[in-house]
Amino acid sequence: MGVLERVRIFKFWKMGESIKERLIEKLLFLLSLSSILIVFFIIVFMLKEGLPAFALGGEFFFGMTWHPATNQFGILILVLCTFIVGIGALVLATIIGIPTAVFLAEFSPEWLRNIIKPCVEMLVGIPSVVIGFFGLMVLVIFIRDTFGGWGESILAGWIILAIMTLPHVISISEDAIRAVPKAYKEASLALGATHLQTVTRVILPNARSGILASLILGMGNAVGETMAVLMVIGNPEIPFIPESVLEPVRVLTSTIVIEAAYMIWGSTHQHALIALGVVLFVIVALLNAITTVMIRKGMVK
Amino acid sequence: MTGNKKITEKLVMIGMYVAAFITVAALFTVVGYVYVKGIGAISLDFLLDYPYRLEFGGIFPQIVGTIYLAAVCLLFAVPLGVASAIYLSEYAPDNMITGTVRFFVECLAGIPSIVIGLFGLIFLVHYLGLGISLLSGGLTLGFMILPWTIRASEEAIKAVPGSYREASLALGASKWQTIRNVVLKNAYPGIISGILLGCGKAIGDTAIVLFTAGSGLEWFLPMAITDPVGSLTVYTYILATQAHTEAGILRAFGASLVLLTMFFMVTVTALYLRNRYVRRMSGW
Amino acid sequence: MSTIETRELNVYYGDEKVHALKNVEIKIEKNKVTALIGPSGCGKTTFLRSLNRLNELLGATTKGKVIIDGKDIYDGKEDVIQLRKRVGMVFQHPNPFPMSIYDNVAYGPRIHGVKKKELNGLVEESLRKAALWDEVKDRMQEIALKFSGGQQQRLCIARALAVNPEIILFDEPCSALDPVSTAKIEALLRELKHEYTIVIVTHNMQQAARVSDFTAFFLMGELIEFGETKELFERPRDKRTEDYITGRFG
Repeated sequence: MGVLERVRIFKFWKMGESIKERLIEKLLFLLSLSSILIVFFIIVFMLKEGLPAFALGGEFFFGMTWHPATNQFGILILVLCTFIVGIGALVLATIIGIPTAVFLAEFSPEWLRNIIKPCVEMLVGIPSVVIGFFGLMVLVIFIRDTFGGWGESILAGWIILAIMTLPHVISISEDAIRAVPKAYKEASLALGATHLQTVTRVILPNARSGILASLILGMGNAVGETMAVLMVIGNPEIPFIPESVLEPVRVLTSTIVIEAAYMIWGSTHQHALIALGVVLFVIVALLNAITTVMIRKGMVK
Repeated sequence: MTGNKKITEKLVMIGMYVAAFITVAALFTVVGYVYVKGIGAISLDFLLDYPYRLEFGGIFPQIVGTIYLAAVCLLFAVPLGVASAIYLSEYAPDNMITGTVRFFVECLAGIPSIVIGLFGLIFLVHYLGLGISLLSGGLTLGFMILPWTIRASEEAIKAVPGSYREASLALGASKWQTIRNVVLKNAYPGIISGILLGCGKAIGDTAIVLFTAGSGLEWFLPMAITDPVGSLTVYTYILATQAHTEAGILRAFGASLVLLTMFFMVTVTALYLRNRYVRRMSGW
Repeated sequence: MSTIETRELNVYYGDEKVHALKNVEIKIEKNKVTALIGPSGCGKTTFLRSLNRLNELLGATTKGKVIIDGKDIYDGKEDVIQLRKRVGMVFQHPNPFPMSIYDNVAYGPRIHGVKKKELNGLVEESLRKAALWDEVKDRMQEIALKFSGGQQQRLCIARALAVNPEIILFDEPCSALDPVSTAKIEALLRELKHEYTIVIVTHNMQQAARVSDFTAFFLMGELIEFGETKELFERPRDKRTEDYITGRFG
């Protein structure tokens, strides 16, 4: 198509619309541009502010000691502990969440589903400080009295985080299970398979990618969760590699909260904390991106 | 079917019931515990007094502060978010650029609030010199829920069938008339539900408020938007981790109870609106 | 009252990758029913949608002329809103807004600034013309989605009539309806042609034969044959038309 033709088409799109219409479109465009700029600005700003810490290179990324008082900013143990806490919580959430999702999607009577589903939706948003407080008052004391140690421990972190991850795992897995075409199920049932056999042999394999996506998303949530974890894991002064689940640990998020209060403005410490935030952001963003891609792929299939 | 198989099936069924029960029990245990422990703290004095000496007094400034923070947050995020959603879903051409933008929005929706809180602390509080204040706190909360608002509004707008738009345009309505009278009119319960869910997030957030809005124990109401402001979440956090007396812990439970109640009111409204919306869109 | 005339009308989709209409030249007479027939994908719906420029929503590029009442609607001066006011449309699936019956019919007039006190009369008149008034006059405030498919489609017709168009385009209006509702709509079409110019896309050749005065047969984006319905069905000039109407393909 020639340039002139293009101009003509462009024109009569505009001709039919009054000035008010065009103003509204411009206004909406400006507003959406500014929200996108905010998003970009946050990312760029954090990257730039974290740069001095990233410049430490291996010392930052692979250093074993995080001790601001002696200017040591190695994040390896923090990252490791973050994953220890996150993965443990995810395992617990999987054990409880996937069967619940299967139950909701396939076996639950309607009335029971109408009770469970809102509970799951409520659980998503319960302020984390409340859950953390509960953990501190009940779980930590229970662990201390039953298993010994301080009570503030990896184990407490696992359980509290599992409660918070659970609803994400359940909702997305349930959607994935429901998305499996009815025809597959009917075909299997028609061959004389029981409902349970149909679920394990036909439905779950087909919902695989969606269920996996829910776990990765759950992981992202667990890694990024702050207050509840902070309140129950103990946060030792100098992070170390734990040897038992009853020992206290420090994770990325809790380190930021605890130390942001006394960081010195403009110090390496400040840059290092921001860099921690960026590392955290990158981990979570990666996990989210994988989830998004997997869910899309699952839908296309 | 052999007897063994039957028993396995039974066991698996029981396992699923147990898992579902644990999920529900987790919610009721946490909420029930807080309500049972906290109800003793609730009195008119507690709700209407100002806190003093760390663990005494009431939580009036914290309740008001939480509402103020949510209000500033929504005032910022809702117009931006809804406008962006309208532009992205109704005007923006469907190309690489909008695809990328959408991907970024989705990624940002997953950024841990602590990272956004850190950004607020360093950029708003320090660089821009807004200080620890209602404004800093509200804006930072707004940054957090902005992507959620965009996403929820876009979903609600997309759920309005294209045939409504066609019908309206075919009657000679302009694009904006169509958006206002048909698209938004049908999408608004979904949009409001998304906004309320975002509001619930703002009410329940601790880390951002701790970094940017105040230390939680403020014994005064903010007189200006640049004053520090207390909040129920930070109050609970400080007392839970630093109070060592019965009185302090009791107040932390009381504050949690009020916080949970506010959160439930917002969320239940949101879920109710959403269900009504889903039913309407499916032709009831 | 309007005539529609197209000259060298070409429509492309997706940056000219799909050539959906090829050099269509036709002259549609006023106060007649003109049926557009042809197999799926032959361009008949594209043609219909080019008459009120609704194709542009789907990213179509249009070349050539569509002259309505002596004015080319693609000349860049035509106000698309005025155009769509004059050229109403009824869609394949009934698509009433999820509002009350009254609000549905009043939607168009309100958009175009009709005064409140004139609305009631206009709504009633439109519903009467669409042969729906007696069925809904006591249920004006009920939400439209509760009514049957046939009633919904007649509501959509009433909604289109309420903006006082000169031409009404029907895009397979009966394809989602039962035979009784279809018969009602067909009767309605014969009524409406006294006041309006009607263009209807249909898959159903019996329907075309029953309701239309003129018929146009499209194939692969080309207008193969156009003429009086009786003539076209009894003595098709083109071999392809004959094959189609005798059911040999499509």
